[in-house]
Amino acid sequence: MFDVQKVREDFPILQQEIYGKPFVYFDNGATTQKPRVVLDTITRLYEIENSNIHRGVHHLSTVTTENYEEARKIIARYFHVENEKEIVYTHGTTDSINLVAFSFGEKFIHEGDEIILTEMEHHANIVPWQMLCERKKAHIKVWKMDDTGCLKLDDLVNLITEKTKLIGVTQVSNVLGTVNPVKEITQIAHKHEVPILIDGAQGAQHVPTDLSGIDCDFYAFSGHKIYGPTGIGVLYAKTKWLEEMPPYQGGGDMILSVTFDHTEYLEAPFKFEAGTTNYIGAIGLGAAIQYLRNIGLKEVFEYEDQLLAYATEKVKEIPGLRIYGEAPRKVSILSFLIDGINAYDTGLILDKLGVAVRTGHHCAQPVADHFGIAGTVRASFSFYNTFEEVDHFVAGLHRVVEMFQ
Amino acid sequence: MTIQEKQDEIIEEFSIYEDWMDKYSYLIELGKELKPLNPSQHSKENLIEGCVSRVWLDAEMKEGKIFFSADSDAIITKGIIALLIKVVSGHTPAEIKDADLYFIDKIGLRENLSPTRANGLLAMIKRIRLYALAYDAKSKQRG
Repeated sequence: MFDVQKVREDFPILQQEIYGKPFVYFDNGATTQKPRVVLDTITRLYEIENSNIHRGVHHLSTVTTENYEEARKIIARYFHVENEKEIVYTHGTTDSINLVAFSFGEKFIHEGDEIILTEMEHHANIVPWQMLCERKKAHIKVWKMDDTGCLKLDDLVNLITEKTKLIGVTQVSNVLGTVNPVKEITQIAHKHEVPILIDGAQGAQHVPTDLSGIDCDFYAFSGHKIYGPTGIGVLYAKTKWLEEMPPYQGGGDMILSVTFDHTEYLEAPFKFEAGTTNYIGAIGLGAAIQYLRNIGLKEVFEYEDQLLAYATEKVKEIPGLRIYGEAPRKVSILSFLIDGINAYDTGLILDKLGVAVRTGHHCAQPVADHFGIAGTVRASFSFYNTFEEVDHFVAGLHRVVEMFQ
Repeated sequence: MTIQEKQDEIIEEFSIYEDWMDKYSYLIELGKELKPLNPSQHSKENLIEGCVSRVWLDAEMKEGKIFFSADSDAIITKGIIALLIKVVSGHTPAEIKDADLYFIDKIGLRENLSPTRANGLLAMIKRIRLYALAYDAKSKQRG
């Protein structure tokens, strides 16, 4: 049985007050809080185990290297990836996508080629491709969504041509909460022999993600959004791509041999992990994922679904409130605007009541443009949030309405 | 009244509000009362893009003094703008460019000037100074 009060004790940051009011953290889409076990892992590493990986013959270096590689296995297992060598450590989702845009892009994208991206992508899955297209004189085609925030599979089929070289799709929209049918999308892509990249920044922590079942070519996510440290992320890529793609950055720890005439690279994933990586972050991420598994993924995801359903019903009490994102399948992200009240004003008052939400375009301007708005207020929930907190938030919205009337 | 006197008056005015809620309600009132810009003033040149709310600022020179008008799509931001304009409008470029605008901090609205708020206010203060510098340089040229 999922016990939210017990779980909350694992998160020290939730125990505080803001402006003398209980802290309600509903900005989990931006970053998640860290359980004690992650904090303890990081402290332990720096206090007694710190040593650079893959280099020394000495004891601590071996221990840290083993922990670093063990974390890779934990991550691989979480995503049902059999071969952990397909897990490349990066700095985060943005870094992972930039890696693919560079390494895959340099080799496989040529003048006149097309990349299909959905209208609901985060800027992190738009801008690297725009930069690539500029270098290569290639083009981006946009897969539009409907007004509920859903993509139609038929539309994708119509967009694919023989020039299509990659499809980029977000697993979950960071503004609308839509869960996209990434498995079906991958099947369509592969039927046309087009590789697919999935942005998992908002999906990995909220929906079961079986990468071998989905069969995608690339998958990117960030450690800090799944209760791990900042500055660490992952790129999953199929072995065939990792073998064919040139390295992204050169440096130490990614080479087999170096002379001034020629350098031989290590095999993947090390080929893509140049320099000293964020190994403390990687081990911390392993601890975070292990923590999540220990609570029970099924329990966590179900509870988050209940929170979203409850909050969605409750906010409908607010006169003039419109929800953005009405897909049948959503994660715990609730974007909305109250008629005649600016998102910034709403966020400012909620903040004073101790409730942290995000306001603005959430780094996905095309989504705001689709609806002809400047941005939204976004409340994003996690399993450590409670129904009482949702009540407090809704009471805050009533207050906002009173103040601006 | 000098810029300093106007600021002190605002600080005095705000000192009666103990609760932040009253303070924000007052700002909302000020925001609503601020004279709207005419459509032509809502121009691209006057727009100061913030991430979450947007601000427009226009200035004109009359008899050696600068008069500002401004707007925002967020009401609380607009309320703060109303105060800012009241403080700096009607002064000479020289007075404005060197003015220490301390009242926002003193009335407890400093967080609204944080760059992370991205509400355009910080950029607006910068632009007010730029107008003052530009008019100042212009008047010296003529002088």
